[in-house]
Amino acid sequence: MSDYTVTKVLDCKGLACPMPIVKLSQEMTKLKVGDVVEMLSTDPGSLADVPSWAKATGQAVIENKQEGGVIHFFVKRQK
Amino acid sequence: MDVEKELLQLKERLDAMPGKENKLSMVIFSGDLDKQLGAMIIATGAAAMGMQVRLFFTFWGTAALRDPAKKVGGKNFMGKMFGFMLPKGRNKLKLSQMHMAGLGTAMLKDLMKKKNVSSMDQLFEIAGMLGVQIVICEMSMDLMGMKKEEMIDYPYLTTGGVATFLGDARESAIQLFI
Repeated sequence: MSDYTVTKVLDCKGLACPMPIVKLSQEMTKLKVGDVVEMLSTDPGSLADVPSWAKATGQAVIENKQEGGVIHFFVKRQK
Repeated sequence: MDVEKELLQLKERLDAMPGKENKLSMVIFSGDLDKQLGAMIIATGAAAMGMQVRLFFTFWGTAALRDPAKKVGGKNFMGKMFGFMLPKGRNKLKLSQMHMAGLGTAMLKDLMKKKNVSSMDQLFEIAGMLGVQIVICEMSMDLMGMKKEEMIDYPYLTTGGVATFLGDARESAIQLFI
């Protein structure tokens, strides 16, 4: 699953709704199209929120995994 | 009838349809802390999702926009009474339930801090950063004797009436009343 390289790690650990998607959306504007950001979150709501955010904004969640209470999202800027 | 003409007509009808724009219009009528928190979370979340957000503060909601540091004179008796009775700004709002003479509200604020939930101050700051627009209802302000000069400094603050809201709401994909 490593056919992409992570451009930036965005730490949203400990943040509560709506901050994870606020931070993610702001980070997105700094990335170039095709870049991948790895976002870390401890908010269980993110599991539903990040894909929903991606669908609404036209970005792509290419992978997500959970490690010891931390959710890792790999989000690619599509446009 | 040829297809091209029909398509053109269809496109015209689609363009004239209400609710097609990626906008959120919300009326914030309540002056309860819990409801305003919910409203501000939805507003900042929507802005993060790329929506253009406009909040219409009216009636009890209006007092949340008062700036406790600003003092204005020239109010009549009723204006002074309202000014005294209503919360002076977003940090003086009370919970709609379990306020318990201030104890419940203080406890919730403490819990929010512990759980890292954004405060009203932080939510307003984020809203300003994301370009969330705020419209204060002119009639509510006038009714309760409030003045524009005692309202917070916010980058996208204007006043307006019902037509401002309706004009916006009819072209918004989402409309909420809180």
